[in-house]
Amino acid sequence: MTPHHEERLADLLRMLPPAPRGWMEAAQELPLARPGLDRIVARAEADARFRELLISDLESAFAQEGVQVEDATVEAVRRRLSLP
Amino acid sequence: MPTDAELVARCRDGDPDAWRELVERYARYVYAITQAFRLSDADADDIFQETFARAYERLNTLRDDDAFRPWLASLTRRLCIDRLRAGAREQPFEDPDIELAAEDTLEQLTEAFDVHAALADLPENCREILDRFFARDESYRTIADALDLPAGTIASRISRCLARLRDTLGEETTTEARLEG
Repeated sequence: MTPHHEERLADLLRMLPPAPRGWMEAAQELPLARPGLDRIVARAEADARFRELLISDLESAFAQEGVQVEDATVEAVRRRLSLP
Repeated sequence: MPTDAELVARCRDGDPDAWRELVERYARYVYAITQAFRLSDADADDIFQETFARAYERLNTLRDDDAFRPWLASLTRRLCIDRLRAGAREQPFEDPDIELAAEDTLEQLTEAFDVHAALADLPENCREILDRFFARDESYRTIADALDLPAGTIASRISRCLARLRDTLGEETTTEARLEG
């Protein structure tokens, strides 16, 4: 690493603002929850009533499948599935 | 502080805490790359999630565990470019040089990451004050209130902490040169 002047250090520190907390929390949890989420998607494809539940109440659908996820993950999945 | 290679190895062993720590370590870096490509918030969020999801799924394909950062940067960059080009098929680029400009920024982000990592070697009060002022763009007043310090001392504290960071990086540079020499 090259020696730095303080102004340059300040510029470099400015280049890395924090990521939105929700994004980070979802990235921390989503891959760990993915097997459960895959199961949910597979069931939604095979079961029309479950699919309706998924669309109307995502949190309950997770709970019914025994998948525990953080709020940020629920939001990320909602966005992925383009749910309201 | 564990190295990237140690965290990657623990992730492969199924340690969820190691994955959380790895994401925390690289969240700013990946976020900054998506911003360099000037993606919309929705696209940036998608790419951010997809980058970490793919990284997690493909950890077994990483040949050198110490090279996690360039591997992750490459993954993020690729996904950003794909998203830009997919968007361009539907609507032409507003700025055709966006990819070139982003590549320049990426080089600087690597340096920025090293500087940010060096904050870890500073005392907690310095870490906090530098991060709040420069990275979080907080005002003197906000910092003073948050850290329960007199507002009039914030500027001088920032200056002192920046000098300490410079010295810390200087020591690292000297050590690197000694090891390489």
